[in-house]
Amino acid sequence: MSFRDRSAPDHTGNLQERRGERYGANGGLAARVPRFGHGSRVPGWDDAVDLSKDPAVIPDPATTPVPDELRREIEASMAKYPDRRSAAIPSLHAAQAVHGWCSPEAIQQVACVMRLTPAYLTSVASFYDMFELHPKHTHDVFVCTNISCSILGADEFYDAMAAAAEGQDIDVRSFECLGACDIGPMASVNGEYVGPLELADAERIVEDLAAGRPVLEDKQLRYRRSVDPNANMDSAGASEPASEFAEPDHPHRADTAGLTEKPDPTSRPHATDRPGPTAPLEIPPQDQSDT
Amino acid sequence: MKPILFDRIDEPALNTLEVYERRGGYEMLRKALTMTPEDVLAQIMDSGIRGRGGAGFQMGRKISFLPHGDMVKYLVCNADESEPGTFKDRELMQKIPHALIEGIAIAAYAGGINKSFIYIRGEYQLQADILEAAIAEAANAGFLGERILDSDFTLSLVLHRGAGAYICGEETGLLDSLEGKRGNPRLKPPFPAIEGLYAGPTLINNVETLATVPYILRMGGGEYAKIGTETSTGTKLISISGDVKRPGNYEIELGIPSREIIYGLAGGPPEGHNVKFWFPGGSSSPVLTGDDLDIPYDFDSMAKAGTMLGSGAIIIADERRRILDTMLKVTKFYSHESCGKCVPCREGTNWTHKMVQRIYSGEATPMDLDIMASVQEQIIGNCLCVLGDAMAMPVGSMVKKFRAELEAEIEAARERAEGAALGDVVALGVADEHAGPIPVH
Repeated sequence: MSFRDRSAPDHTGNLQERRGERYGANGGLAARVPRFGHGSRVPGWDDAVDLSKDPAVIPDPATTPVPDELRREIEASMAKYPDRRSAAIPSLHAAQAVHGWCSPEAIQQVACVMRLTPAYLTSVASFYDMFELHPKHTHDVFVCTNISCSILGADEFYDAMAAAAEGQDIDVRSFECLGACDIGPMASVNGEYVGPLELADAERIVEDLAAGRPVLEDKQLRYRRSVDPNANMDSAGASEPASEFAEPDHPHRADTAGLTEKPDPTSRPHATDRPGPTAPLEIPPQDQSDT
Repeated sequence: MKPILFDRIDEPALNTLEVYERRGGYEMLRKALTMTPEDVLAQIMDSGIRGRGGAGFQMGRKISFLPHGDMVKYLVCNADESEPGTFKDRELMQKIPHALIEGIAIAAYAGGINKSFIYIRGEYQLQADILEAAIAEAANAGFLGERILDSDFTLSLVLHRGAGAYICGEETGLLDSLEGKRGNPRLKPPFPAIEGLYAGPTLINNVETLATVPYILRMGGGEYAKIGTETSTGTKLISISGDVKRPGNYEIELGIPSREIIYGLAGGPPEGHNVKFWFPGGSSSPVLTGDDLDIPYDFDSMAKAGTMLGSGAIIIADERRRILDTMLKVTKFYSHESCGKCVPCREGTNWTHKMVQRIYSGEATPMDLDIMASVQEQIIGNCLCVLGDAMAMPVGSMVKKFRAELEAEIEAARERAEGAALGDVVALGVADEHAGPIPVH
């Protein structure tokens, strides 16, 4: 029997790599360092750059079509600041919402309205974690895998979530501390904070997203009451019975009001108790009148 | 203790102007506008309140550093709460946003400031939506804008959403980000009080600090200073997470024993487990062990114990947790979040992370711990901002306090790796040629 036959038939990697595979979680860590072309850890270092071209200039408004709504939003943000460049981040957020990611086209449109070069905006977009410079799926699941959450099992949840989202229109990312360690392990699903999560919740998140309903409604942070025993004392010093989460239809919700179209709480007496998962932000006011 | 900021925090619809005003909201702004800015500042000075964001600098002194005279001055509220373990500002902004707005207005009046911003981290979408609605409500009611409440005081307030970068919580990084640039910290001095946002004098304070200002005015600065210890006055919001029964935000009086917070309020680790190590002030603070539970929780006692109160975020790990896993998370976080401007931080965080990974793969030796410790010494104090220090301090303290455990981890990982290598040799058939048993070592 030949030397090669006794080992794996397609054995090509060096000893170090196979050691990583074989020794799972611990040994595997070193092997899991992301690698790009030619083994580099720097993404895009070998992306071709046409050096004969001049740098892109500020796009010409006559030849750069920009959706009206996006243009209005960018112009409104620019008006808020003494220096228009301050609107770079809000405008990129808006463009990403329209295009799904910060595509070259999206950057071109923002650059056109803001009168900045695409290079400047790309430099900003590449600095921040929430801007995607590559095409992405519709839904985002950011799983916090920082200290507190990982102590409580966030790494396992991340693996379960990544497995559950396989083949779906969902991006799963392990994220740095999202500022909700009290509900750890937690995740931000399209911006909605949910936790504490169990492994089975991964499937539920995928189902809820597919069905288009609010995600893990019973675990949303927005309903969580303060745990501080002194926080909800009435004047007599007695604490209200504390349940960890307010009942979804209980008026005690923390996110009440303030989120739907503003004044006029009088004409719709329950308006202040309505918003939340049953009436998310996007629902226009007329849809609520029947409730 | 009767809470100040958390008083009836879950009252329904407290985030609306109507309910906030019903319980006396914006009265202090009215009162402040009848006083001179100097008197308001004197009240804040008397309260002795120290910044709640991490550095613990006295707020009144910070305001007094602003130059006087006729110029555009700015106030920036730092709501980029991204220190691992910290989530107190989130609850405040979500549940009582008008206290923050009122505090900003009063602080701006005291500093002679007419333009203000709230820089909120991009991930806090719910909180940003609530704040945006609250700002619109306050502006409609005349608490923001031109000639507030018929006085000569004018103040604009803009909510600015970030996009996910820890470094933007550093004050000068935040200013660059607010100006629409990459969030790279700036060289100090000049300090922001002299040259900050758009090169104008800028006051930067944390959400909790600013939200406390109306209550200071209501109680009177001297009265507020009676809470807490002499140098750490007032109440503080504490975020507890990790291995405790009741994680969450608590409002405490500064100076109470840490044990009372961890065991009394948060219930301590689950039954049958004990505190092994804990971060007293976010992941940037040097760790303490289960023996340090009786240290009073205030700025100076923590500094004396070789650590810091930071943002008031306590992370508890019980004896089931390996120090190595936490070290990996800490180094990964800071190497990811380093902006890359200063070499000691960019390279130091990255190489420390690699050294921790080497421990896992069994390639490290105990000498690596010494190298790691020396790298931390090279980072501290050698960068524009303290992000590098924020990794160096906890990692340095872990190497110092848990050296025996780390050495055992190194040895165990090395044995595993060598066993694996020997297994490879056997599998490859090389070992067949040797007579006798294969020595494991």
